Amino acid sequence: MYTTELQKSDPGARAVEPADLVEAFEARVAADEFIEPKDWMPEAYRKTLIRQISQHAHSEIVGMLPEGNWITRAPSLRRKAVLLAKVQDEGGHGLYLYSAAETLGASREEMIDALHSGRAKYSTIFNYPTLTWADIGAIGWLVDGAAIMNQVPLQRTSYGPYARAMVKVCKEESFHQRQGYEIMMVLSAGTAEQKAMAQDALNRWWWPSIMMFGPPDDNSPNSAQSMRWRIKRDSNDDLRQKFIDVTVAQAEAIGLTLPDPDLVWNEARGHYDYGAIDWEEFFAVVRGEGPCAKERITARRKAWDDGAWVREAADAHEAKQRAARRAA
Amino acid sequence: MSRDWPLWEVFIRAKGGLSHKHVGSVHAPDATLAVRHARDTYTRRMEGVSIWAVRSTDIVASDPAQNGPMFEPAESKVYRHPTFYVVPDNVTHI
Repeated sequence: MYTTELQKSDPGARAVEPADLVEAFEARVAADEFIEPKDWMPEAYRKTLIRQISQHAHSEIVGMLPEGNWITRAPSLRRKAVLLAKVQDEGGHGLYLYSAAETLGASREEMIDALHSGRAKYSTIFNYPTLTWADIGAIGWLVDGAAIMNQVPLQRTSYGPYARAMVKVCKEESFHQRQGYEIMMVLSAGTAEQKAMAQDALNRWWWPSIMMFGPPDDNSPNSAQSMRWRIKRDSNDDLRQKFIDVTVAQAEAIGLTLPDPDLVWNEARGHYDYGAIDWEEFFAVVRGEGPCAKERITARRKAWDDGAWVREAADAHEAKQRAARRAA
Repeated sequence: MSRDWPLWEVFIRAKGGLSHKHVGSVHAPDATLAVRHARDTYTRRMEGVSIWAVRSTDIVASDPAQNGPMFEPAESKVYRHPTFYVVPDNVTHI
């Protein structure tokens, strides 16, 4: 997910690029052709994509952490197996995306380093804590649901490797959403205490989930360029509206209430109206002030450092095999 | 200079009778681990019955900037397609 532009800096100084190449590129993109790694592309297109795809990859990787917290505490063996599979999928999604970014000339090492040093951004949603088991339900239902809404149009994004990665991701993601919804459904049908736990998780995750679509269109400076290049297919507000419209009935079906008193069907628009979003909070979390920002990066770094011996052993094994082949 | 493990391109045969198809890439220090990583990354849902991993640097590719001269010779040879030929309506099985 997690494809909203989080850094607002200029996507690079516009070097003078051959007009005929630029024109041919723009025409191909406008004709909905896919751009492939070895095709000529403007530097700003390359940079925008590297940033977006790597942020997307980081989000998948960091996204494993809040849920990973609950693997050992899942309430049954079935839930544990499901959650393990989901978290493993998120790792896989991160890898598809890192690979796609590498086709643009970014190195894996640079990207990992940017994440671990805190330079890289990732989706703000993962800087919120997972306090109860119901949070795992809310994340699957809402966070993965919002991700799907965002990622489905990206299957037709103009950069081939990114689009293909999205096809795989979307195929896998719908299980994530359903398992989350199922958790919420079971809790809602349980004791009063269980239902209250589900409602509490929904209350805490609703607003961060709809913020995942990014700033409103009138405050999303790089959107126009990304839309023209067909990197982005739909506006933040359109996707947010679509997500809200489909989620209302899902909440009603299991007897939960979305925590927005202003949420009301607008017959004239054919959409739900919703209350004002606290963008101050969003930008504070983007700036790294989310409740778990430090903890997430610390956990990533620890996993990387603790795994160093495995990488070193694999290297040593390879060197030994190579030496043996040379000697033979 | 990157200290990343070498990049391997991964090809998967979805089922017997089909060719291997490129699905993505993985980093790995050697061929054995490349196949192992490819399995974990690309076949978590029975997507394949066979995996090929090829060092990315071993792949030779045509240059898209040269697509014109590269593929133009075939463009003018419509007579290579059966639809080029006119066959009377009363003639069948041809």
